[in-house]
Amino acid sequence: MNISAIKDNIKLQKYLDSLKFAFYCMTHPLDGFWDLTHEKRGTYAAANTILILTLIVRVMKLRFTSFLFITVYWEEINIFLYLASVLFPLVLWVFGNWGLTTLFDGKGRLGQVYMATCYGMIPYPVIQIPLMLLSNVVTVDEGSFYVVLSAISLIYAGILIICAMGQIHEFSGAKNILFTVASLFAMLVMVFLLLIFFSMITQGISYIVSLIREMLFRL
Amino acid sequence: MKKIRVLALILSAFAVSTLIFPSYAYASSDDHGYTYRYDYWEDVQDSPDVFAVNESYTSADLGLEIPMKNPQGLYAHDDRIYICDTGNNRIVELTRDDGNHLSFTRFIDSFSGGEGANTFASPTDIAISDNGNIFIADQGNARILKLDKDLNYIMEFGKPDDTALDKSLVFQPYKIVIDTAERVYCVARGINKGLCKYEQDGTFSGFIGALPATYNLWDYLWKKIASQEQLAKMNAFVPTEYDNLYMDYEGFIYVVTGNVKEEDLESGQVNAVRKLNLLGNDILVRNGDYDNYGDLYMGDGGGHQGPSLFSDVTVFDNDTYVCLDRNRGRVFGYDDQGRMMFAFGGNGNEDGFFNWAIGIEHIGNDLYILDQQTATIVTFSLTEFGEMVFQAIDEFDHGDYNASGETWKKVMELNGNYDLAYIGIGRSLLRQEKYQEAMDYFEVKYDDENYSKAFKQYRKEWVEDNIVVIVICILALFLVPMSIGRIRKIKHDVDTADIF
Repeated sequence: MNISAIKDNIKLQKYLDSLKFAFYCMTHPLDGFWDLTHEKRGTYAAANTILILTLIVRVMKLRFTSFLFITVYWEEINIFLYLASVLFPLVLWVFGNWGLTTLFDGKGRLGQVYMATCYGMIPYPVIQIPLMLLSNVVTVDEGSFYVVLSAISLIYAGILIICAMGQIHEFSGAKNILFTVASLFAMLVMVFLLLIFFSMITQGISYIVSLIREMLFRL
Repeated sequence: MKKIRVLALILSAFAVSTLIFPSYAYASSDDHGYTYRYDYWEDVQDSPDVFAVNESYTSADLGLEIPMKNPQGLYAHDDRIYICDTGNNRIVELTRDDGNHLSFTRFIDSFSGGEGANTFASPTDIAISDNGNIFIADQGNARILKLDKDLNYIMEFGKPDDTALDKSLVFQPYKIVIDTAERVYCVARGINKGLCKYEQDGTFSGFIGALPATYNLWDYLWKKIASQEQLAKMNAFVPTEYDNLYMDYEGFIYVVTGNVKEEDLESGQVNAVRKLNLLGNDILVRNGDYDNYGDLYMGDGGGHQGPSLFSDVTVFDNDTYVCLDRNRGRVFGYDDQGRMMFAFGGNGNEDGFFNWAIGIEHIGNDLYILDQQTATIVTFSLTEFGEMVFQAIDEFDHGDYNASGETWKKVMELNGNYDLAYIGIGRSLLRQEKYQEAMDYFEVKYDDENYSKAFKQYRKEWVEDNIVVIVICILALFLVPMSIGRIRKIKHDVDTADIF
């Protein structure tokens, strides 16, 4: 066996270990997320995998969940917009959180915030995939199981992400909660700025267009 | 060559099908046709007509010398139709002959006996009991008259004797129904406590079935902090009045109200139609995909805006009920489960369109609709499609599930968008214990309740059929890991044993 093959093998082993580590984070959030960055147990490859898995599950849910729980008006589904409903808040969160915490002694770097957030999403695919199958063997009366478990998957992921932020930034509990709220507020501010930015651009373009039209008209 | 043959085959099949079903080829020049219904997504789906105009009668057609003026009440009893010609203080009696044709019989404009005036002032409704006694809501004279069939005075019902009513309130009976024991239920103008109920001997026995008062949280909070002067200017939270009522063949009273606001309907705070039992509780079944308040789209167009304002309701013997919307001149039919069967009509002067639809009645499966503004009565009959729908419902009600399923299939051939046909076929399959097929039909139309019923049975059957496999799987799930552990332990014991 040559050197490069061994290297590849080690890389693969590292990737699989870091992916498995997501389950450890799920059951031991504080310990797990500390080790994620400080012991370098997490990898970007695993974080990306979890994110892609989340996106795939989110789309698959539309088709494979029983119609008792989700009815889809296919004519109005835009798959890219639907995926953006996950990706856009994620991007805002990562930048908002990093931007704020880096000013207030947060130890996490931008990449680490992204990695920890993706690791925090792990309950979503883990719970939603079996739930998708379960939904097809229950009646509407037993639907509360589905609703409760579905809510748990989201709340669980939320709690994990908050824990993860506290650990990678080395914040105390209260400070962590404060910065979670502040990050959410930062997301709102960014949405506001984006809206203003785009409306300014639109206005600017339409101004130039009308100016040129006017000039052509006069010439 | 082969291609041409296939093409010819398709063309000939098409030609044959148009020959066989010529009447089903609908071509509409408008955006949408006369009859429609809302599907699961609340999209408008055009439908073949369920009812079609038979004839329409103006005063001239009926041979009346003095034309009808502002008629407000319509009542059908056996084969007689009564129109309360409110503006002329008389009631016009029409008779329906075998050919479904209406002809003028007599005026009811005075009676003999009794004290006070023996003519009517603005009569708004009439009802006739099984003994032939005639009850008339004599609005202008503030009384409900009870006359025998030869128009002799028997008694009258006056303003309810209730301390909660304002002394200065003038009693204005508007709509009445009577039950088999000749008890009178009355909707009166200005009384919002529900229906006034009178016993057979004429005593007032109470109000039943008041609509709950509605308010929103913001108004409520605002009232808590407003001053007395501000409060006086605001509207009080009062229950709304009913507009009309109908007693079905079982003695339940259907009431409708046109005093509705869009937001109350959409939030479910107010029900435009209610079915009252003897205690005045609402027992209407609402299993439809949306509530029964007529049009779901309340766009502003043609001078009409806001929700459908129901002015009357009539109930067929198969428990389907038809509501009349005076706002857009439309007619909405719902089945016994509260699913919309059809909606048709509109504002206008053509046959089948109305200016101010005020009354709806039925004899058999024919509908009679009175237009107040044009003083016209329009008769509707079931079309071939409508008859099939009614037949399928009747067959199901009588327990003839196979036949009902077959009839619904014919309905589906005529209108592939008719959700009730799919659900009907599913329900008939469910009764025939063909659960898996039934599930398919329910799933197509998103009927989760019925789907669950079918699925529960299907799941039960499946488990019963495969119980052996399931038990083996569960046992294997426990036994395999356990035995692996045991084997490992033995192996470990053997390996570490120091007998050798």
